[in-house]
Formats: sequence, structure tokens, C-alpha cells
Amino acid sequence: MSVDMSQFFGVFFEESHEHLEDMEHLLMELSLDSPDPEDLNSIFRAAHSIKGGSGVFGFDALTGLTHVMENILDLARKDELTITKPIVDQLLITVDTLKNILECYQNEDDIDWDSIEKGTVELEALLKKEGEQAATDDDEDDGFGFFDVPVQDDDDDFGFFEPLDEPVEQEEKGYGIYADEDAKKAAEGAVELDDEDDGFGFFDDEPSEAVEASATTENTNEDPAASQQKDNVKTTKTPVEQKPAAAAKEVASRKTAPKRTAKKTEVKESSSIRVDTMKIDSLVNLVGELVITQSMIKIVGKDVHGEVEEKLEGAIGELSRNIREIQEAVMSMRMLPMSFAFNRFPRVVRDLADKLAKDIELVIEGGATEIDKGMIEKLVDPLTHLIRNSVDHGVEMPDEREAAGKPRKGTVVLNAEQRGGSIIISITDDGAGLNRDKILEKALANGLDVAPDIDDSQVWQLIFEPGFSTAEAVTDVSGRGVGMDVVRRNIESIGGSVEIESVKGEGSVFRIRLPLTLAIVDGMCVAVNDQTFVIPLTNIIESMQPSAEQIKTIGNDRLLWVREEYWPLVPLHELMEIDGAITDPSNAIVVLVETSRKRFGLLVDGLEGQQQVVIKSLEQHYKRVAGVAGATIMGDGGVALILDIESIASVVTIPNQQTHQSEVSVVG
Amino acid sequence: MSANQKNNDLQLSSSSQQEFLTFVLGDENYALDIMTVKEIRGYEDVTKIANAPDYIKGVLNLRGDIVPIIDLRIKFEVGEATYDEFTIVIMLMIGERVVGIVVDEVSDVIKVDDEDIRPPPEFGVAFDSAYLHGLTTINEQMIILVNIQKLISSDELGLYDKSQKAEQE
Repeated sequence: MSVDMSQFFGVFFEESHEHLEDMEHLLMELSLDSPDPEDLNSIFRAAHSIKGGSGVFGFDALTGLTHVMENILDLARKDELTITKPIVDQLLITVDTLKNILECYQNEDDIDWDSIEKGTVELEALLKKEGEQAATDDDEDDGFGFFDVPVQDDDDDFGFFEPLDEPVEQEEKGYGIYADEDAKKAAEGAVELDDEDDGFGFFDDEPSEAVEASATTENTNEDPAASQQKDNVKTTKTPVEQKPAAAAKEVASRKTAPKRTAKKTEVKESSSIRVDTMKIDSLVNLVGELVITQSMIKIVGKDVHGEVEEKLEGAIGELSRNIREIQEAVMSMRMLPMSFAFNRFPRVVRDLADKLAKDIELVIEGGATEIDKGMIEKLVDPLTHLIRNSVDHGVEMPDEREAAGKPRKGTVVLNAEQRGGSIIISITDDGAGLNRDKILEKALANGLDVAPDIDDSQVWQLIFEPGFSTAEAVTDVSGRGVGMDVVRRNIESIGGSVEIESVKGEGSVFRIRLPLTLAIVDGMCVAVNDQTFVIPLTNIIESMQPSAEQIKTIGNDRLLWVREEYWPLVPLHELMEIDGAITDPSNAIVVLVETSRKRFGLLVDGLEGQQQVVIKSLEQHYKRVAGVAGATIMGDGGVALILDIESIASVVTIPNQQTHQSEVSVVG
Repeated sequence: MSANQKNNDLQLSSSSQQEFLTFVLGDENYALDIMTVKEIRGYEDVTKIANAPDYIKGVLNLRGDIVPIIDLRIKFEVGEATYDEFTIVIMLMIGERVVGIVVDEVSDVIKVDDEDIRPPPEFGVAFDSAYLHGLTTINEQMIILVNIQKLISSDELGLYDKSQKAEQE
């Protein structure tokens, strides 16, 4: 075949990663007492798909390992092997190894054959141990096809699983543990085909249908492979070859459930297609254009009078409705359920809890909440950090918990929900809560200027300061103080904020508030002379027209006295270098804004109204502009700049909002 | 500029003949590589950008792209920076980026043979000679050939951040 396979590599890698994610997820969910056969089947299919693909593309390292994995899973789903925690653990480790191998292939790195070998040996050891047990059990249970035969023949061996005795040799071939693969190759074309192409062989349900057919109807040529297989079975009279026949009959006599599931998944797979995100992004952009064009038409439409006016109005109304629907539909394509990010955390919690000898249950709620794809990617790291933090520092040791009158098992709840235009993600633990005294002590030790009587919420915010950690011992888990500041920075970089609530002895809540999407922002349009600026609504506390008495002047700077507090006043026209704006605050409007660190008032000429704007990058054709997050196109086709309150705040120096004699200066 | 360098600059087109768009700044005739021209349009109001030099007029919406507009007349102190219905903006495509330059007038598309390009003078032209291909004469009129790519991405104009430029290269 001269087809260039490399063009399909990308798809294979992507799909394999997905399969591995699925596997990990399902393994985590698997209940040990009564494993759902459906889940076992899904795990098996995932392993099988990877094996199939890797075989075709010649990624031998993957093929070998998945093959062994597949065998274990196959036994498990046939109830011939009881899934135990060690098995799940080993399978999870294997998933990790597979991920590594996959990445190696993807980056064209050298393959770490040692880890593969180790993984295979360990898996096979498990299979052998459990398999033995299973086989003996089976024996008592009236037998399961060919498994009982070898046991009878020679106690120590199970026919097809023979090579377990010399696993190393098999690994080198990159194949699993089919006993006589090489020997059979010559004799059994059809069977071999099954093994290679499908990887199902005798263990499969689908071919077994065929076997079933041929077994019952005595060679009706319905399926050439099956009949051939049958022939082979008949003609080669070695004991091993007879076993498949027995197996075939055995399988044939049992109508198994998995067939049903195979059909079900087919339907599921065809309901979605894979699209390059670039294409969706450009669609989002185009729809943004459409929204702008529509408002242009609306403006032009105002000049039309007479008979046409009514018709045009109707048509424009229809148009805006349609456009809004298109916009919603397109935006929803960028949305992914939160579970894409959440699914990895059960594993994180499980591993970490094991390591720390804690007993912790992770409860995930609101996994179906949808969020912009770009944000999910940027959320994973901060969330991982926060969850590790809750597990490590939040939840106490079981003994401590018991002494405190709590259940030994700690609970961490990961919740996502949509509230208005924001997504709220919260990480709640029922642990010891944050220690106010310790944090204050640490803050002072770090040289932070903190008043001892500040309220709790301000104390909690201190842990986001760089270099802050109150953990007594630095573990490899957390406690190095690298992180919480990064967490906050990451979340702020996607327009979000973090709040903490904590009650001593009862636990803490970390609450992340995020905008729904990165492409559109809810903003207040404000005017400064003839220019329009957009202030993101998330930053705005309120807008007001101050009276002359509320304005105090210190040096060249002005402060606004609102609600028993002095707010630094930043004239937007100075910041944006615009002439002809209103300079007297009592004639202008002040928009009170806040960031995670600072609060101040922006002096503008007037408010133009609230609207959703599509964020455009300034950097695409120009460079970054201080204080500006981006630009947007208004209904009249003009450009309005979207203010970056966070970066404006950094040029506003506010020594202390509590003290009245504060010196405030504005740079820029 | 050495002859060697000049040849490098001209290697964009493989033929020995290049097409240029001529434009007027004040009293001088200039020309730029036609392949960089995206479109020519009338001047319209722009949105000012804070903390930018005065020759960066601001940004405008070019079919959904936010594009900066610079006025070369201000930058090189030629002619008068007036804006009326005859003021022209040439939209240029420099690499992946779009930028508009304000000029007084756009006149013609000319074909220039390489051998007709003479080295630029060291003085007497508003542009630094580093940003020039050379001079040529059409109908007894001197035309200054501008190396627009080099000019637009120069640090002197400060249109792009250094890191952005590194990305482009």
C-alpha cells in the first residue's frame, strides 16, 4: 500500500487521547462491587480502538501494551475476572504510560521501552494471578468455554494464555499473550485476520456472532471468515485448536448483552463531527460582523420614511431576530461542558488522597454547565491547584476529623453553575478552614503591610500574594507557596476573579467567577468628548453624578467621597489623551469600578448605554495599548476601545483607602 | 546603501521589472511596491489611541479588522496634514498585518526596470535613505521609490512591539 499514513496520524493521536481520557474517567467511576458491564465494555472498546489504530500505523509500543490491557478488560467484562482495586490501579498506571507513549509518538521523541516493558510485565502478572483465580472459579461455576480446558489439562496454564510463562519474549514482539500467534499464523489465515485486523479474535462479540451463525447452521457461507475459521478448527486437530470450537459453541449458546451496546455507540458516534477550532473562530468573527452590519442597516433605516418605512422595519426586525439566533448557535459551538475540565479531577483527588493517607470523596456537580472552550483550557491548571490545595491543606487526616466529630471521610465538592452572564465554579471542602492567625503571622513575616483588625475576606485574599504558604512542611504536593498567586493571575487573565469564604472547623469555599465567553463582553459604553469607550460590566460597581461637596482635592489629585470612603478619581480623558472633555466632576459622570485589588472612580462625560460587544484584538495589526483590552466595532461602524480596568488600576496608586489623608497619584 | 543590499530588497519580484503605485506627499512624488497595496480609500474618521505619537492617527474598522492609520505627512514633515474629501488612505498589507497610510494624492501605477533605478541620495529627501529603494524618472519627473515594508516595520515608526516583530520574522 502506498498510501501516506502520516496524514491520518493527527486524527489518531487526537482520538487516542480522547479514548484514554474516557478510559481514565470510566475506570474512576467503576464500582468494584458491581461493575457496570456497560462501562467495562466502553473501557474495553477504548483500549481496543487504540490498539487497532496503533497497529495500523505501526506504533508498536502502543499495540503491545493495549493488547494486554484489552485481555484483562475482556475477561472482566465477561465476568471471568473480578475487578479489584489493585487491577484498577494498575490499569490507571497503564493509561498514564499509554499517554506518555502517545505523546512520544506525537512529538517524535524516543520511546521509553523500559516503562512499556515494566507496564506489560505488571499487567500480565495481574492477569496471571487474577486469571488463575478466575479460571479456578470458573471451573466450579460450570466452566466458561476454553478456560476450563487448559486448567484440566495442565493445572498451571490456560491454553491461550500460555506465554505468560515467558512474558519478556512476547513483549519484544510487541504482541500480547495469545499463545500460539506465530504458530497459528501459517495454518489459520482467517483466525489470524481476526486477531490482527480487529484484535477481537475469539474474545470478540461481533465475530462471535459469525461464529454463532456458522456453529449453528453448519457452514452456511454466510460469513467466509467464520466458515473458514470453522474449517480450520475442524481440520487442525491439535488440542489447542479444538478449544476455540468449544469456545465458539459456548459463546454461541449465550446471547450476550455487549452486542446491544456496540450498536448503541455507533449511533452516538455519528451524531458529532470534528471541526477545526479555527473554522469556528472565523465563523464567530463573521457573525460579529453580521451583528455590526445589522445595526448599520438599522441606523440607515431611520432615514427611510413613508410607505417603505413599515416594511423595512418589519424586515429589519426579522433580520435581527435571525442574527441573534445565529449568534447564539455559533457561540454555543465554542461552548463545551465543564466536565471536560472536571473529569480529570477524580483521579487527581484519588491519587493525592492515597498518597496523603486521607479518605476523600470528590463530588462533582454541574458538569454539564457550558463554558467557552478557550477558557476550559486555561482553567485546568488553576483548578488543579485549588483542588490539590483543598485535599492537602483543607481536609484533615481521618483521625483528626473523627476527633473533631466529623465523618472520617472528607468531602470536596466541585461545582459549576451559570448565574446570569457569569459562570461560577466553586471548590468546597469540609476541612479545617483557613487559619486566620497563621495567615496574618505569615503576612507580617513576609513584610506585607497588614492591619491586625482587617476583616476575614481581606485576610483570605492574602494567600494570593506571591510567596505565600502557611504549610508547615513543604511537601511535593503543595506548600511551596508557588501557585496561589499564579492561580489568581491565570484566572484574572481570562477575565475572572476568585473569592474565598472560610469558617474555622467547617471548611472553605474557593469561588471562581468567570465571564461566559472570551469573545463577547457585556459592557457599558461611556462617552468622552466624541469618543466612545466600553467598560466591562464586571468591573462596574455603580455610576453616579457627584455633587461638588463630594470632591476633595489633594495636590493635583482628586478624591471622591462616597459611602464613607475616599475613592481616587481617574479622569478618563487624561488617561486617553482626549481634549475637550468635561473636567469638572460635578458636571460629569463618575463610574465606580473595582478590580481584585483596587477600587476607583473613572471620570467620563456621560453614559451611552449598556450593550454586548464583540472583542477585537488591537494587536493583530497594531500593538498593545496600555489600559486597553481590545477594541470593538459599534453600530455605526466606528471603533470603540474596550478599557482594561485591571491594567488601569495598576497605574493608579492607592496607598490605603481607609485613611483619609491618602496621597493619590495617577500616572499616564 | 550598497548595491548588494539594494538587490536584496528588490528580489521580491523575480523579474527585472517591478510595478509601483505612485503617490504624492506635499510636492514630492513617491512610489511603493504595488504588491503591498490592499486597497485605496478615502479618509474617514478614526478612533484615537492614547499614548501614541501624533502621526499615528488612530484605528479604524476595515471590514472587522481594527487597523491603525498613520499619516506620513506628519511623520516626515512634508506638506500639510489636512483632511478633506480628497485625502487618500492606502491600505497596505505588510506580512500578515494591515496598515493604512494617509497621503495627499494617488496618481498612477508605473513599471520600472531595475536598471532604471538609481541609488537614493543621502539627503534632500524626507525619508531616511535606509527606507528607500532608489530614484527613478518618469516623464522627466523624479519619483522616490520607498521600501514600504522596511519603513512600516521600522522601530522609528514604532507601529509594532518588538516581540511581535520577532514573531513575524
